[in-house]
Amino acid sequence: MSDKITGAEALVRGLIAEHVDRVFGYPGGYIIPVFDTLYDYTDRITNVLTRHEQGAIHAAQGYARTSHRPGVVIATSGPAATNLITGLSDAMMDSTPLVVITGQAPASMLGTDAFQETDVMGITQPIAKWSYQIRHADKVAWALARAFHIASTGRPGPVVLDFTKDAQIQLTDRAYEPCRFIRSYIPKPTPAEADIALAAEMINRASRPMILAGQGITIAEAEQALKALAEKAHIPVAATLLGLSVLPSSHPLFKGMLGMHGNIGPNINTNRADLIIAIGMRFDDRVTGVTESYAPQARILHIDIDRSEFNKNIRAHATVHGDAREVLEALLPLVKPARHDEWVRSFDRHNTIEHENVDTTAAYGTDPTKAPTMGEVARKVSEAAGAGAILVTDVGQNQMLSARYFRYTSPRSIVTSGGLGTMGFGLPAAIGAKMGAPERPVCLFTGDGGLQMTVQELGTIMQYGTAVKIILLNNNFLGNVRQWQALFFNGRFSQTPMLNPDFKTLAASYGIPAEDVATRGELQCAITRMMEHDGPYLLNINIDPADMVFPMTPVGKPVDYIMLNPSDVYQPLPDIS
Amino acid sequence: MTTHDESTLYTVTVFSENHVGLLNQLSIIFTRRCLNIESISASTCSIPGVHKIVITCHSSQSMMDKVIGQIEKRIDVIKAFYFTDDEIVYQEVALYKVPTPVMLRENHVEEIIRRHNARILEITPEYTVIEKTGHYSETEELFRELQRYELKQFMRSGRVAVTRSPIEHVDNFLNQRLTNEY
Ligand SMILES: Cc1ncc(C[n+]2csc(CCOP(=O)(O)OP(=O)(O)O)c2C)c(N)n1
Repeated sequence: MSDKITGAEALVRGLIAEHVDRVFGYPGGYIIPVFDTLYDYTDRITNVLTRHEQGAIHAAQGYARTSHRPGVVIATSGPAATNLITGLSDAMMDSTPLVVITGQAPASMLGTDAFQETDVMGITQPIAKWSYQIRHADKVAWALARAFHIASTGRPGPVVLDFTKDAQIQLTDRAYEPCRFIRSYIPKPTPAEADIALAAEMINRASRPMILAGQGITIAEAEQALKALAEKAHIPVAATLLGLSVLPSSHPLFKGMLGMHGNIGPNINTNRADLIIAIGMRFDDRVTGVTESYAPQARILHIDIDRSEFNKNIRAHATVHGDAREVLEALLPLVKPARHDEWVRSFDRHNTIEHENVDTTAAYGTDPTKAPTMGEVARKVSEAAGAGAILVTDVGQNQMLSARYFRYTSPRSIVTSGGLGTMGFGLPAAIGAKMGAPERPVCLFTGDGGLQMTVQELGTIMQYGTAVKIILLNNNFLGNVRQWQALFFNGRFSQTPMLNPDFKTLAASYGIPAEDVATRGELQCAITRMMEHDGPYLLNINIDPADMVFPMTPVGKPVDYIMLNPSDVYQPLPDIS
Repeated sequence: MTTHDESTLYTVTVFSENHVGLLNQLSIIFTRRCLNIESISASTCSIPGVHKIVITCHSSQSMMDKVIGQIEKRIDVIKAFYFTDDEIVYQEVALYKVPTPVMLRENHVEEIIRRHNARILEITPEYTVIEKTGHYSETEELFRELQRYELKQFMRSGRVAVTRSPIEHVDNFLNQRLTNEY
């Protein structure tokens, strides 16, 4: 009898067996036994007490993305569990590995509308990779082991363990054993040799090939393999929002970001390529524009670990089902060295025009007494942050501009909410990102709207001294929506102006040093002070509400219909092939 | 060859672990794609511990490919397939409840039951329950005929189906998984 432990103890020992040393959690009635047990293990596991469960799960997402380990979240039942839903959905869309543990009413009370009972299984099944209710302590080790295996292998995702209170205090003698096999789940399918051979042949035959790099490459740690393949066959690489930083921004074959607010080169050339090699990406509608006119000249080669992505949005001419790294490494010896100089240069020609239109000092303006533009801030912060910096963003204009113009030097350098576009993601995700990569500078770009969705997490920064650099692009508007209203709704700014608090004072009340930056003239010195300061810092940067994100492909247009400003659509010169 | 247009009736068969909430996981996938489930049935199958769920719905082949992909992605699902009617042997059971006095008064009823190869399951002075196993059109035809005789209740089961293929894909898959494990 003496070697029996409680279900809560079994859970914590399981976490330790999985090398978890940090969890993101918030206590409450039906999870108290777990936090009680964690009290005995404070030397092994640190809990980060966020100020809201949504903050906990976004922080865990940030942590997972920079540390390449599953993020662990622990919350109570009912309202705490429902506060996690946005993060679960976000992690599901963006393939982020999470193990989320929620407390639950005792098994005997399930279905009775007990206090703080909510149907976590029913709610989470559509937005989690796997949900399981632990109703007996004997199931803890089994379920937790499966949870870690499922969350972190294959196409990663969030897993939910709904842990009834009685199971937390029951006794069990089941020891923890990591899970390596689930018969109904094949995390790493072996790529078919014939598919690899066909893929190589398609690549060898192409004269205008282009790689669309998604986060699948980051997840598979296939960055080196990607680089080797792209260099050997001289293939330009464009990245999805989440695929950014798979190649350094300075790599001559890296041609920029795809999609609605991507760079001109890759978007225009998508419709001129004769071969699209899509790797670990899912042809999101923000990337493709209208699918009917997507890549009309190209054969599509789709490489992904998730078979259900094949032919879901875009029909592929050939597919390779497997892990990006295994597939790319298998392709490398079969791919012939090639040169596509003219084609590769054509990306730069388009991108130069973009640069001249929106990304030069002239385009930004030079008046030192005026508000800086968002692109300018992104460029300057990126320069000051230096090598190895991680960009975290919220959602909106701040996201698009910073993601596009940040200079990435190493892999895993962007943490952003891509699929779900969750405002409020940024601040907590930045906290987790810093905790997952403490040695790297973490710069958060956020808007005044999004920041206020989870602004209470400034308290978490205060409590843990997390050295996050917060760049608040403050236009006193819900800027991204304002931009659509300006362009497509006759400037009717319905419900987008915002009366904001004094962010500098707000930060100060949390003990976070902050500065107001009203003008371009003040920007550079403020950025330098922020980056030199050892600890968290907030820059409240005044942005003209009329500042917009261009280029832009509006909804319902082909990917090569690109607005350069409110009135001009990009017309490539005939000499750019 | 069966043609595949938007309105082909497909039979989806799902082999899964016997975990709580599986049906919910499956129905979500159909709901999200705005697919109406025509019928559903679930039972154990020849493989110990494995559950088989059969769902029918009208759709197109490309949609079915997507749906099967998303079903198989669920961790607890072992394998999923879709078939057109020519690829499977399938049946449905229907029960009909008619008032016994009407049965006795109208001697056609007995003749109808015989003609349809149906049978009487239970007779009381008040009601008679008739059972018919067959394809949808057959149970439907009997339904239409019995409607003339004050039919009180009618229920048709979901489809049960086995494949015509000589290859047992799920057994092979599971055997292969077991040998790979070690
Ligand atoms: C939770 C949530 N609610 C609403 C939206 C819709 N939305 C997208 S961008 C945006 C405006 C964001 O404004 P702000 O945070 O100030 O950033 P900016 O665009 O000005 O950089 C809104 C409301 C969203 N993405 N997420």
